[in-house]
Amino acid sequence: MNSQLKEIREQAMKRLSQADTLDMLNDARVAFLGKKGELTAVLKSMKNISPEERPAFGQMVNETRAAIEKQIEETKKMLESKALERQLAAEEIDVTLPAKRNPVGHRHPNQIAQEEVEHIFIGMGYEVIEGPEIEYDKYNFELLNIPANHPAKDEQDTFYITKDIVLRTQTSPVQARVMQQGKLPIRMISPGRVFRSDEVDATHSPSFHQIEGLVIDKDITFADLKGTLEEFAKKLFGEETKTKFRPHHFPFTEPSAEVDVSCFKCGGKGCRFCKGSGWIEILGCGMVHPHVLEMCGIDPEEYTGFAFGVGLERIALLRYEIDDMRLLYENDERFLKQF
Amino acid sequence: MNTTYSWIKAYVPDLDVTAQEYTDAMTLTGTKVEGFVKADADLDKIVIGQIKEIERHPDADKLIICQVDIGTQITQIVTGAPNVKVGDKVPVVLDGGRVAGGHDGKLTPGGVEIRQGKLRGVESNGMLCSIEELGSTKELYPEAPEYGIYIFPEDAQVGADAVHELGLDDVNFEYEITSNRVDCFSVIGIAREAAATFRKKFVPPVVTATGNDEDVHDYVKVTVRDADLCSRYTARVVKNIHIAPSPKWMQRRLASAGIRPINNLVDITNYVMEEFGQPMHAFDYDQIAGHEIIVRRAENGEKFTTLDGQERTMDENVLMICDGEKAVGIAGIMGGENSMITDDVKTMLFEAACFDGTNIRLSSKRIGLRTDASAKFEKGLDPNNAEAAMNRACQLIEELGAGEVVGGMVDVYSAKKEPVRVVFEPEKINALLGTDLTKEEMLGYLKSVELEYDADTNEIVAPTFRHDIFRTADLAEEVARFYGYDNIPVTLPKGGATTGGKSFKMKIEEIARTVARYNGFSQGMSYSFESPKVFEKLSLPEDAPERRAIRISNPLGEDFSIMRTISLNGMLSSLAFNYNHRNKNVRLFELGNIYCPKSLPLTELPDERMQFTLGMYGDGDFFTMKGVVEEFLENVGISGRKTYDTSEKKPFLHPGRQARVIMGDKVLGYLGEIHPITASVYGIGEKAYVAVLDMPVIVSMASFDIKYNGIARYPAVARDISMLVPKAVKAGEIEDLLWQRGGKLLESVELFDVYEGIQVRPGFKSMAYKLVLRSAERTLEDADINGVMKKVWNGLEHMGIEIRS
Repeated sequence: MNSQLKEIREQAMKRLSQADTLDMLNDARVAFLGKKGELTAVLKSMKNISPEERPAFGQMVNETRAAIEKQIEETKKMLESKALERQLAAEEIDVTLPAKRNPVGHRHPNQIAQEEVEHIFIGMGYEVIEGPEIEYDKYNFELLNIPANHPAKDEQDTFYITKDIVLRTQTSPVQARVMQQGKLPIRMISPGRVFRSDEVDATHSPSFHQIEGLVIDKDITFADLKGTLEEFAKKLFGEETKTKFRPHHFPFTEPSAEVDVSCFKCGGKGCRFCKGSGWIEILGCGMVHPHVLEMCGIDPEEYTGFAFGVGLERIALLRYEIDDMRLLYENDERFLKQF
Repeated sequence: MNTTYSWIKAYVPDLDVTAQEYTDAMTLTGTKVEGFVKADADLDKIVIGQIKEIERHPDADKLIICQVDIGTQITQIVTGAPNVKVGDKVPVVLDGGRVAGGHDGKLTPGGVEIRQGKLRGVESNGMLCSIEELGSTKELYPEAPEYGIYIFPEDAQVGADAVHELGLDDVNFEYEITSNRVDCFSVIGIAREAAATFRKKFVPPVVTATGNDEDVHDYVKVTVRDADLCSRYTARVVKNIHIAPSPKWMQRRLASAGIRPINNLVDITNYVMEEFGQPMHAFDYDQIAGHEIIVRRAENGEKFTTLDGQERTMDENVLMICDGEKAVGIAGIMGGENSMITDDVKTMLFEAACFDGTNIRLSSKRIGLRTDASAKFEKGLDPNNAEAAMNRACQLIEELGAGEVVGGMVDVYSAKKEPVRVVFEPEKINALLGTDLTKEEMLGYLKSVELEYDADTNEIVAPTFRHDIFRTADLAEEVARFYGYDNIPVTLPKGGATTGGKSFKMKIEEIARTVARYNGFSQGMSYSFESPKVFEKLSLPEDAPERRAIRISNPLGEDFSIMRTISLNGMLSSLAFNYNHRNKNVRLFELGNIYCPKSLPLTELPDERMQFTLGMYGDGDFFTMKGVVEEFLENVGISGRKTYDTSEKKPFLHPGRQARVIMGDKVLGYLGEIHPITASVYGIGEKAYVAVLDMPVIVSMASFDIKYNGIARYPAVARDISMLVPKAVKAGEIEDLLWQRGGKLLESVELFDVYEGIQVRPGFKSMAYKLVLRSAERTLEDADINGVMKKVWNGLEHMGIEIRS
């Protein structure tokens, strides 16, 4: 009997070692441990053994069974892990195949420029305020120190609806509207569409966008204007950006200035982009003219302020090296996709 | 405005800077230099040589061999020029030098290098130059020969720099003068700025007394009838006129400003206009009837022939210069043919006046004639400058021997312009600039541009040529300019804190852009004005409200003449542009205003309505677009059930594939497939879909008030209903009923199957909905569920729907 058990055990171990699938393993289990299995048969033959010998024999059978079961368990684990390995190997993919994407649309370059400018000024406590695109002459000109027959009115090539109503030529009328409301102090910017009767070409459009800025408070100085716009230029074009303030004339500011920034392509050394000068003109600004303050109901003896205006298209064209303004209004997907 | 360096230096003798230094410094004090051209940029190694010998070229008929003294040596030069003879002094470009171009006047950028070489076998060590080869023209150098080498006067010094001798070693600066600085439209004005900029002495020309002992009042009488348009009229008379070329120095200066020298009289007038910025006019005194000048408005329709021979028609707002019988000139714009100076002139009447700038500008526009004179007058000149210019011109007449100036000046000056005085408050100037300058520093800067301090009254006195100084802020700018904008400190505003940020409307627009983008739509922009043909293109009927559009009175053309009342034209044009360029699967959106007049013609500002317009072709259909619309509305908190109303049809949309989006009693917008006719009008060859959302309505309904409801604690129960539905019944109607009958317990409704086809009875469609029921308070029991379902079934059956399970 003993030798029979030993024989079974050896055979079982051999068969298990040969099993290389879970099915073969199962077959082996059935062959030895199943109801009709060999070990079961031995167990069944126990009735032929004398009662004294039975416990010892029983123990030997159990030991054999335990050994086989343990081996089955180990083999199973091994086979399962092999099967998983095979599966994983079979599931390998070419990760360089194209991605599946949910196509996302693109922002208009003007929009990107606008959002950047807004972001910078909101961070400095400015409120974003809009004004009407069709505007009274009074706001677009008169309250900005551009009275009837002023040459600046001609210079700006205004579209007229009636004698008193125009398509605004600048975002500056929003200044007058906000000042008239009389809520002080003021820190605001106003982005929006403006119109001038320029024929469409690579550098002109009868409709374009500006962002106006206005600060009115006690003790606002030209130095504050410089500081604010330097900060703005650095945030927009990079920390190394330098600014240059040149005297200029606008009817609604005094003193007035135009602002150049160091060319962000060449860093100021001079290149094709800045026409060799190292500087690029980006905006006009100045201290709000005391007469404008008076007309809008603010006492210039008590309050001062500054204002500035930036062309959005100008920033967009410069930033992205777009050489033809018409691209901004054709809405060609091949163009928009690049932003 | 242009000036040359040499002319500026004539009044700022100590000026010694390079063209670039001049450009940078002037720009930083407010006289913006746009650019400069060096007349000698392409000229190199050119000296005055004297021809000592000439012999024929042995092998070429048209060439001669010259021995030329160039000061240091005699050198041999071969030339083809026909006009030189022994003894002539000529410009010689030496070996390795450069000239600006060919003798045909064609300039070569960078110049043409001249090398020693052989011409038909004969050595030539350089080239003799024509004025054209030196980069100029016979027009500006009238003494130059028609064809051939330029010949210097006999007293020219051999070996000297020929470029210098010709005045070509000069730089021409171009300025952008702002409209407030009328005084800088003159050489003197710019020289004054240059002197202040470089802190050098300003030496303007000294105008001396002129005239014989006769009295001009015996010669001419002047009456100004319309003094509102002519604040000053001065006149002088010059007799015994001797017309001749003006001297070289004057010709050179005019040439350097691009003005062609003509004769002494014309040149003096032009010279003074450049120098003083004051246009003048010369009449033939003998043609002035009654020797009388009357300044008056023209009669409506009055015809007048200007000195260019053109007959022009005046109106009553044009100011005329007349004699005792007739008009002799259009004031400030152009003189008349009938009184112009000819070579036979004996006595001349000189006019220097000050006309109203606005009137000149508008008249010049209406007549369609803009001249150098009108361009100056329209800026509004200083009447006190007229007298100075007049006297300067007469001084030059005498200096040049052009005639005998009659003593005295007729001067009709009704309201004398007095200097403006501004109280000097240095602390306010510092407060405005953020500087800490002393009173003395400020006065120094102000004095440098002739803003004098009157210590008795503590006032700054602004000369009358300054039209832009009225108050402290103006003085602050003068101080800042010469202190240097660069030197002003850099600070940030102090003072009251402000919160900043965007309005509610802008936040909604931001969400619109985000939702659109993440659904694959790119942002476009189109013009606010368009053609009235748009209405036809969109098949809008004659009485459509969109046709009530605002017209621009001076549009760029009919195609840009009305303010848009509908945003679709821009979108469809953009889709068509993309389609024509073979772009596939295009999705665009725009956020832009339409302009709805409250009344026409406009008496108040119109209603500007922001439209969120989406358009697409390619992948996707009506329901794709509907999904984007709903996604957006939910993102702005408009999450209730919307009605898709088909009772009103837009003519540009497919009649069976369009809907208005309605919530409550508010129309939020519409969406649909573009009508095939409209698509073909625009040239879009695929099915295209659009949605237009009216942002003011959406902004009024949007809300970000969210309240957390808790996560459901009791289980949900799902029930599917499969049904056979008459084709005419819309899903929306079924869903309305489900929600109405489902009551509080109904949590969601989902259509999960729609089928029409052979397995379904004709006239019907098969639909299947999943209803999810849940109570917030307890676990639902069969009785609850069956109660709801019973109500639902009954309702459906009333609609002619058969329940299958």
